[in-house]
Amino acid sequence: MRMFRSRTTRAVTAAVAVGLIATGCASERGKDGDKGGAKDTFVFAGAGDPGSLDPALASDGETFRVTRQAFEALLEHEPGGTKLVGGLAEKWSSNPAGTVWTFNLRKNVTFHDGEKFNAAAVCANYDHWFNWKGTYQSSAVSYYWQAIMGGFAKNEDPEAPKANYKSCTAKDENTAVIEVDRPSANLPGGFSLQALAIHSPKALKEYEKQAASGKGDAITYPKYSQEAGTVAGTGPYKITKWNKGNKEVTLTRFDGYWGDKAKVKNLVFRTIDTEEGRRQALQAGDIDGYDLVSPADVKTLKGQGYQVPTRDVFNLLYLGMTQEKNPALKKPQVRQAIAYAMDRENIVKTQLPEGGKLATQFMPDTVAGWSDKVTKYSFDTDKAKQLLKAAGESSLKVEFCYPTEVTRPYMPAPQDIFELIKADLEKAGITVVPKPLKWSPDYLDATEAGACALHMLGWTGDFNDGYNFIGTWFAEYDKQWGFKDPAVFAAVTDASKQVDPAKRVASYKKANETIMAYLPGVPISSSPPAIAFGKNVNPPKVSPLTQENFAEVSFT
Amino acid sequence: MTAGTNRTQAGKESDAGDGSKERGESQGSKGSQGAKGSQGSGGAAGTAGTAGAVATGRAAKIDRLAELTRRTGATVGNSLWKEAFRRLRSNRMAVIGAVVIALFVVVAVVGPWVTPYSPTAQTWRGEVLANQGKFVGARGENWFGLDHLGRDMFSRMLVGARQTLLVGVVSMLIGLLLGALIGTLSGAAVTLGGRAGRRIDTVVMRVIDILLSLPSLLLAVSIAAVMGQSLTTVMIAVGVVQIPVFARLLRGSMLAQGGADYVLAAKALGIRRKRIVLTQILPNSLSPVIVQATLSLATAIIEAAALSYLGLGNPDPAVPEWGVMLSQAQRFFDNAPMMAVYPAVGIIITALGFTLLGEAMREALDPKLRG
Amino acid sequence: MLRLVVRRLLQLIPTLLGLSVLLFLWLNRLPGGPASAILGERATEADVARINRALGLDQPVWVQYGRFLKRVVQLDLGTSTQTGQPVWDEFVLRFPATVELSVAAMLIAVAAGIPLGYLAARRRGGWLDVTAVSGSLIGICVPVFFLALLLKGVFAVGLGLFPSYGRLSTGLDATGVTGFAVLDGLLTGEFDATWDALVHLVLPAVTLASIPLAVIVRMTRASVLEVVGEDYVRTAESKGLEKRVVRVRHVLRNALLPVVTAVGLLTGSLLSGAVLTESVFSFGGIGSFIRTSIDARDYPVLVGFIMFIAMVYVLINLLVDLAYSLIDPRVRVH
Repeated sequence: MRMFRSRTTRAVTAAVAVGLIATGCASERGKDGDKGGAKDTFVFAGAGDPGSLDPALASDGETFRVTRQAFEALLEHEPGGTKLVGGLAEKWSSNPAGTVWTFNLRKNVTFHDGEKFNAAAVCANYDHWFNWKGTYQSSAVSYYWQAIMGGFAKNEDPEAPKANYKSCTAKDENTAVIEVDRPSANLPGGFSLQALAIHSPKALKEYEKQAASGKGDAITYPKYSQEAGTVAGTGPYKITKWNKGNKEVTLTRFDGYWGDKAKVKNLVFRTIDTEEGRRQALQAGDIDGYDLVSPADVKTLKGQGYQVPTRDVFNLLYLGMTQEKNPALKKPQVRQAIAYAMDRENIVKTQLPEGGKLATQFMPDTVAGWSDKVTKYSFDTDKAKQLLKAAGESSLKVEFCYPTEVTRPYMPAPQDIFELIKADLEKAGITVVPKPLKWSPDYLDATEAGACALHMLGWTGDFNDGYNFIGTWFAEYDKQWGFKDPAVFAAVTDASKQVDPAKRVASYKKANETIMAYLPGVPISSSPPAIAFGKNVNPPKVSPLTQENFAEVSFT
Repeated sequence: MTAGTNRTQAGKESDAGDGSKERGESQGSKGSQGAKGSQGSGGAAGTAGTAGAVATGRAAKIDRLAELTRRTGATVGNSLWKEAFRRLRSNRMAVIGAVVIALFVVVAVVGPWVTPYSPTAQTWRGEVLANQGKFVGARGENWFGLDHLGRDMFSRMLVGARQTLLVGVVSMLIGLLLGALIGTLSGAAVTLGGRAGRRIDTVVMRVIDILLSLPSLLLAVSIAAVMGQSLTTVMIAVGVVQIPVFARLLRGSMLAQGGADYVLAAKALGIRRKRIVLTQILPNSLSPVIVQATLSLATAIIEAAALSYLGLGNPDPAVPEWGVMLSQAQRFFDNAPMMAVYPAVGIIITALGFTLLGEAMREALDPKLRG
Repeated sequence: MLRLVVRRLLQLIPTLLGLSVLLFLWLNRLPGGPASAILGERATEADVARINRALGLDQPVWVQYGRFLKRVVQLDLGTSTQTGQPVWDEFVLRFPATVELSVAAMLIAVAAGIPLGYLAARRRGGWLDVTAVSGSLIGICVPVFFLALLLKGVFAVGLGLFPSYGRLSTGLDATGVTGFAVLDGLLTGEFDATWDALVHLVLPAVTLASIPLAVIVRMTRASVLEVVGEDYVRTAESKGLEKRVVRVRHVLRNALLPVVTAVGLLTGSLLSGAVLTESVFSFGGIGSFIRTSIDARDYPVLVGFIMFIAMVYVLINLLVDLAYSLIDPRVRVH
């Protein structure tokens, strides 16, 4: 590379290299970023490769972690919090019906490719998504668009959801108006999603040129989303290289950024598959930070001088029950007995990172709509036994599925948590038949199809709206739960239809109380996903939504 | 995969030591020992045919082990085993291996009756805080300390030995029995069946060769996916991977015997072919199978550990099994290394014991290697 | 010789056809599909059904097989459901890493295994023998994932001698030519890149070498023992030839023939067997990709990979046979 200009130098270096190899000694050289004086590269390790460089085509956190540094949405969350604040739109408002959304856009914003950001650019994006065809209409590709805005201009699959998006108009240079058909609980939160981040219109034209290589029985991601060069957003970093073989994405500071410029010049995201691997890489100095830290490592790493800031909780782990799978679960006493039998406090105390919280309802206490008046079921083995007896189920036998080979932000050690719950249930006289399933896809398939009487699942919120939690589960009949209770369904859907924010929060509280009285399952805990940084790093503000902004990072 | 696959393959590779001479021979021109005319392996590689090319390498090595019987069986006859046993006793590797195995079996058999505590009860649950890196090491009441859920490690190790042995033996038996069945059928078909028999043999061996060329992890994981996760699945998955090895081995061994002088003599005496196969050829072909069975035990134990690492082990993780314990303990290696070291050492020593004994047995059976 | 090559290549066709039929029948029995792997806990039943339809997975298996055959004839292995990229591109991208790792592991195994095996045989029954044999056997007996953990703990975290993961350091802007990191550096004159790649190779290669090492030690040992007993060696010794000449020319040379074969075949098996090593070291090769493909039910990748490995096996077998005939003049391949 660049350092070797003359042939002689090369020859000499080669000789030295061969000599070193021959003696088998490893020099101290070769550590990241140590060469060339001041450290100008920050390396962060995730657990998986991103799927695409275009966030609109993704639905997974690893992809969003990377793209979030380069793309911004109309709305954002306050740094380190869950409150909606202006992003590319400085201000926003809606009509009382919640169907017309007006955005006052930020001025003097440019895209990485030099294009100017304005209302026309915003509408170009929304229309681009709305007019997707072929492969793009698969929910594997456009999950979030469909979740927030429904279907497309022309739905090719009769079973695709009905479109809710109506139009986007550029009222003037800096005012965009987005209209939808029906009010939705997903708005305005949805406008903050990374999947709906704004791309440069020039890039969009290029995307469209490469579009739709749907060859019948394959979902092919377009080329632009697989290599750096085409995608362009407005963020503090621009994506400059994706080396798939080396599992790393490189981003470089965007000097034309409208806000505070990134402090470190290069930002690299690498993939290290295993938990131990990421920890060892940090300890060996190969990386400057990593996510999905095992709770067992938090204290150790802190003790060794690493920084492991605590995120606020924004997720939920629950014990799911499928009533249709085991009819005994249809009896309220049985469900209550299970709730009383579980020592959830102990799970929080021994399994979750510091800051973990016992869950009393199906949303974390950081979400607006959390109620302190719900029915609580505190650990009481005797009471559980009594309830079982009263229900005539003293010799209850129940199948309990748990996932293997996975850790989720809300569920750091699934197998250990399973073992603890199992021991608790057995103490109350319930016979547990354990059924391990590989997380992907066996476990996910089985739980979703209602094949597991008891199971553990959870959710990390996308934005701060109660519907994003309880609406996911209890808005209508769902095989995973296998029950029909009009009171619960009505409480949840009614809440989502409230347009006024304050009223909506109040009805979410009511809904939570209704749900916990019915007790479809047992909420267990909310866990703060740990994130670790090197000793010489000024870490970014950690976000409960795991939306860290790496432009804030610097070295000490 | 996995370690498992790697390991198994290594097991297979190793089991027949230097197999390649036969390759040379089967290709047509005889090598140094060619004059003896090893019909067995020649035939083997020959029928391997198309698919055989895929797996000839491993196959040839299995055949090599098979051929050893012919040499020994023909010359020494029944005193072979006595002779081999005498040589085994004077072999250090064999003695070490045998002692290790004996210890392991004793622990596995009596272990569950002598455990100081219940291996599954989370008796000291409150004392271990996995999320804060607080573990309990060896102490008066818990000789090996506690595991991450407050269970007694020593009791778990004792009981785990039985599980581990069970998985090893059962999966080896699955491989052995099914493999032997296929191998015998194939071998008998060649010896008895004339042209049709040879054709059957060709087809069977081709399927076996395809199986040999598949990465065994893929096989094991997909078996687990279809059958659901359980200890039975692990045994079957590990066992199925061994089937082609045993099948090839026994078939090759029988073919080699088929050309031996005593078979010729029996034929000349007018004894019925079926009878020759069952009373003469089959019993004489078994010794390499026994050697392979010993080696397979080691492979099976390690393979099972790898499957546990992939989360395919016993559905109830409370039931102790060394492989599961090791893969669980890895997460806490920084804070509680001993939690991983105990089961790791258990697995290593046991596997080593079986491998040493198996190796020594093979050597003892091979007259060429007599010192 | 040409006939052999042609015949072997022709034999490849029925083998691959048979394999692919078996594979399709088998994969069809697997529960679950790629949809939930893509969407995680967000997948709803309707999503899963729609994705399966888009991938043609709702069709009967013979229809799927027909489509597969049609594609294969057009030299198209299909598209990965995980990455949305052509399977062939994914292989080309990842195969060099695996080859590099396997070759490095094999070099280590050969360099250490042959001398050890030879010495063990010469001191047969002695403590050196027992140590060498059982020492190499331990390699087989330590579960790979545990060995990797230990090696990293000591050499990467503890001593800081080697990097703990990956193929190249970050920020090392090496030019890609062939995809082989070591080779690329040499070709472009970026020797620091070559050096960096070599340093990254050490730990994974040693981990992976633990298996073939044991095999080679045992094989060399057995083979040397056998050759030492041969008449021609005794003849040479009684002729009064210098001991060293006998050892090198007669014993070692003949004893190594089977080892050479084994090395070839072992390399083949490493190519398909480096799955766990690659995952543990995040080595970005084909092995770890296969592991995630199993989880993601990425059928096109799995089918393509197995067919590919079968092909590699056949080719390596062929090469070994050819090499064998070159080394041993007595063997002439027809």
